[in-house]
Amino acid sequence: MLRPLLLLIALQFLGEATVRLLAVPVPGPVVGLTALVALCAAWPAVFGFVEDTAEALLKHLSLLFVPAGVGVLQHLGLLAREWWPIAGVLVLSTAITLVATALTFQWLARPAGPDGSEP
Amino acid sequence: MTSPAVQDLWVYLATSPLFWLGLTLAAYLGADAIAAATGRHPLANPVLMAVATVCIVLFATGTSYPTYFSGAQFVHVLLGPATVALAIPIIRNRAAIRRDLRALVGALVVGSATGVASAIGIAVLCGGSEVLVRSVAPKSVTAAIAMGVSREAGGLPELTAVVVIATGITGAVLVTPLMNALRLRDWRARGFAVGLAAHGIGTARALQVHPLAGTFAALAMALNGVMTAFLTPVLLRVMGG
Repeated sequence: MLRPLLLLIALQFLGEATVRLLAVPVPGPVVGLTALVALCAAWPAVFGFVEDTAEALLKHLSLLFVPAGVGVLQHLGLLAREWWPIAGVLVLSTAITLVATALTFQWLARPAGPDGSEP
Repeated sequence: MTSPAVQDLWVYLATSPLFWLGLTLAAYLGADAIAAATGRHPLANPVLMAVATVCIVLFATGTSYPTYFSGAQFVHVLLGPATVALAIPIIRNRAAIRRDLRALVGALVVGSATGVASAIGIAVLCGGSEVLVRSVAPKSVTAAIAMGVSREAGGLPELTAVVVIATGITGAVLVTPLMNALRLRDWRARGFAVGLAAHGIGTARALQVHPLAGTFAALAMALNGVMTAFLTPVLLRVMGG
């Protein structure tokens, strides 16, 4: 539990260091994520090593959003002023993204079985 | 607060970070129990209910956000390692990636670009301010990643967190009627679309509907997190958001 957690933290800092040194506007943990994918591809044993701890973190991922979500209290004025563009983005952009993604996937994939399952 | 003793007790509790950490956990567990009781309906979102509960407590007690965050930061700080942990669904499903590589890559690129560009475009067209445009651009990816993208882009991470959760609920509610209207029956395509557009909340919905949809949704959520992190700064610059 502790050693895999330390690996995740180390990879996050590797990511933070990389984006700062290269001055790219990408969150450090995302680079840490890609580094973990690369590590697991190179040494499959790494996957078994981090799997349980990573799963435990992902299982409660939504809990981790609560403190930041409460921070919206600081921006209630902006929320009240700009509810219209926010509502527009929520409904239209989400619908367009769903349709564009699903149609592209279906267009490029081998046709699914009659019940929609893997061909 | 009636008696001085109660007043003293409250002053002690309110200054203890542990109290606010405990409130965060209690609010989340309570909200999660309500969500479970509704059969995990997308509208009964545990994060939104927990956030509302904590906000009401802060309002009622006149507590500032920094005081609350002194305790809540111990949960918040785990977002980074949890983001790194999103590598797990990608590695676990590498067989599916290899099998449907062309469709996955195509749908990832088209879907990710559509998600970010349409959010920027619609926000600008509706007269959104610059900080709003930058806060909603990464709305389709998990809050763990979207908040970091928003911060890097000059948006407000706290606003992004709430918009991301609202996007997830919207996507989870829209996906089934929308896909049925399109007569789209491929579970891989349906799952990939909802995971890409509506992150963890969409993935939870996909898992309820079909296991294959759930697999592709989890994959899309992780892949789009990475794609959107790299694409958002580029599209914000090109579209002048």
